[in-house]
Amino acid sequence: MKRLLLHGAIVAGLLTGGQARANGSLQLLNVSYDPTRELWREINASFIAQYQKEKGVALTIKQSHGGSSSQARAVIDGLEADVVTLASYVDTDAIAQRGLITGDWAKRLPHDSLPYTSTIVFVVRKGNPRGIKDWPDLVKPGVEVITPNPKTSGNGYLGFFSAWGSVVLKGGSRKDALEYVTKLYRQVPVLDSGARGATTTFVQRGIGDVHLAWENDARLEVAEAKGDLDLVYPPISIRAEPHVAVVDANVDRKKTRAAAEAYLKYLYTDAAQEIIAKHFYRPSNEAVLKKHSTSFPSLRLFSIKEIALDFPDAHKQFIGEGGVFDKIYKPR
Amino acid sequence: MHRKVLPGFSLSLGYTLFYLTVLVLLPILACFSKAASLTFEQFWAAVWTERTRAAYLLTFGTSFVAAAANLFLGLLIAWVLVRYRFPGRRVMDSLIDLPLALPTAVGGLVYASLYVKKGWLGRYLVPLGIQAAYSRLAIVLVLVFIGLPFVVRTVQPVLEDLDAETEEAAASLGATRWQVFRRVILPPLFPALVTGFALAFARSLGEYGSVVFVSGNMPYKTEIAPVLIVARLEEFAYGEATAIAVVLLVISFSMLVLINLLERWSKGGEARA
Repeated sequence: MKRLLLHGAIVAGLLTGGQARANGSLQLLNVSYDPTRELWREINASFIAQYQKEKGVALTIKQSHGGSSSQARAVIDGLEADVVTLASYVDTDAIAQRGLITGDWAKRLPHDSLPYTSTIVFVVRKGNPRGIKDWPDLVKPGVEVITPNPKTSGNGYLGFFSAWGSVVLKGGSRKDALEYVTKLYRQVPVLDSGARGATTTFVQRGIGDVHLAWENDARLEVAEAKGDLDLVYPPISIRAEPHVAVVDANVDRKKTRAAAEAYLKYLYTDAAQEIIAKHFYRPSNEAVLKKHSTSFPSLRLFSIKEIALDFPDAHKQFIGEGGVFDKIYKPR
Repeated sequence: MHRKVLPGFSLSLGYTLFYLTVLVLLPILACFSKAASLTFEQFWAAVWTERTRAAYLLTFGTSFVAAAANLFLGLLIAWVLVRYRFPGRRVMDSLIDLPLALPTAVGGLVYASLYVKKGWLGRYLVPLGIQAAYSRLAIVLVLVFIGLPFVVRTVQPVLEDLDAETEEAAASLGATRWQVFRRVILPPLFPALVTGFALAFARSLGEYGSVVFVSGNMPYKTEIAPVLIVARLEEFAYGEATAIAVVLLVISFSMLVLINLLERWSKGGEARA
């Protein structure tokens, strides 16, 4: 697997690297996670135009998408990303731990290097026949919950963290929380490996009563279902933090640092924040968020720090080998 | 020294060794060396838990059942294709290879949508209590699909070479149909059947793409070993992930060696007879 990635990375490197120093033109590679294709396409077009106008440099920006942590592994194994815009702190930090991103990287850009945040919401069948409003409703007898495997999916572990937080942040004990998540995952009939698989299971296969999805995915899912699905905002959910970062080792070698940094700074401009809101990601600029308040209902978005030290700690405690999630399933 | 009729033995052997090294040996060696970065305790903890044991058992069990099913199905299909002439035979013959060409994920997705409660087949099967999606049965079904071409394609040429006259001779000497099958047809087919079984079995062991879409991936029930490897990779635990891979490799390799021995033994038996 690693070898495969490495070969892929070498090919991608041949395709993307090397050409960076042609005069007046520059190429950047943005390595991102799965559902952000359309978002970045629009932001890239807008940034390229602006950069051309300001610096007279013709940029091309390549996008690479895939499961967030396999993307991180590709960068670690040599994929020449100039910037990474992955789904979770853990993935970006894994790259930093291999020395490709240096220093206190999350502090380099405004809002902890978060141009936008997101969360996990509920998608239910038309008219919400099961009356699902809040986390406790998910474990009512007979309710089937669709959520991907927390071990292999960002959507999956964010759903798990949300479920856990919904108990402990309402005053429940760890024991209550363990009981709740155990019940919850007993009512998950299929553990898909990724977010897209879970969406297929819920929408196309018609399995399950409620789907725990990324907010942006949920919006598209409900819109595409043309009335067959409804969106439900629980009163509390996790604040998903897809950090962005310049990959120092790569931009220094490719001499693309100036453009890469300008690219990430651009994400905080009003123009980019508007595009972000349009694609249903929550802009970090308060004013822009407020302007779109109708499309982003307010709910209590709790930070990972309220249930663990940070994302890596939460992974170790809850998802990693021997963690809470492993205790849910018993051999039979 | 005995001279070979065709020149270039050393050159072609050199190429063979080179390709085998680069394409097969090197990646496997890399796998072993990565796993060797763990201490023995870490290695053991990674590969031998209740959960991994359940996954190995499932992976090898479903692969075995699927390969066995393919043995019968494959023989039957090869028989029909070789011995009978009927309209559409050519088309059917080409259809056999389709599972090889189709991205396996597509196969998995299609099987899942057919057999779920609302699927074309599932709407009749689920009320009967047959869960052919998101169950062990689902894994076997999709592995049968994936492994089908191997038995058919190994048995077919041998069957084509088989003379129908020997069967007729046997029948005229008073053999029953069962005797003809067991004593005349099966022995020459046996090595090909074993090879086909081994190929289908090996193919199933490594299958990931289709199975993740139909199995449901429930720990202890429908979670195959490759899913555990991916789960460990997601934690950036390369060593542990390759450790599980090494265990799969070693078991698979020893099983394939065993099957090869069985095949050689069956051929030897035939020569002695």
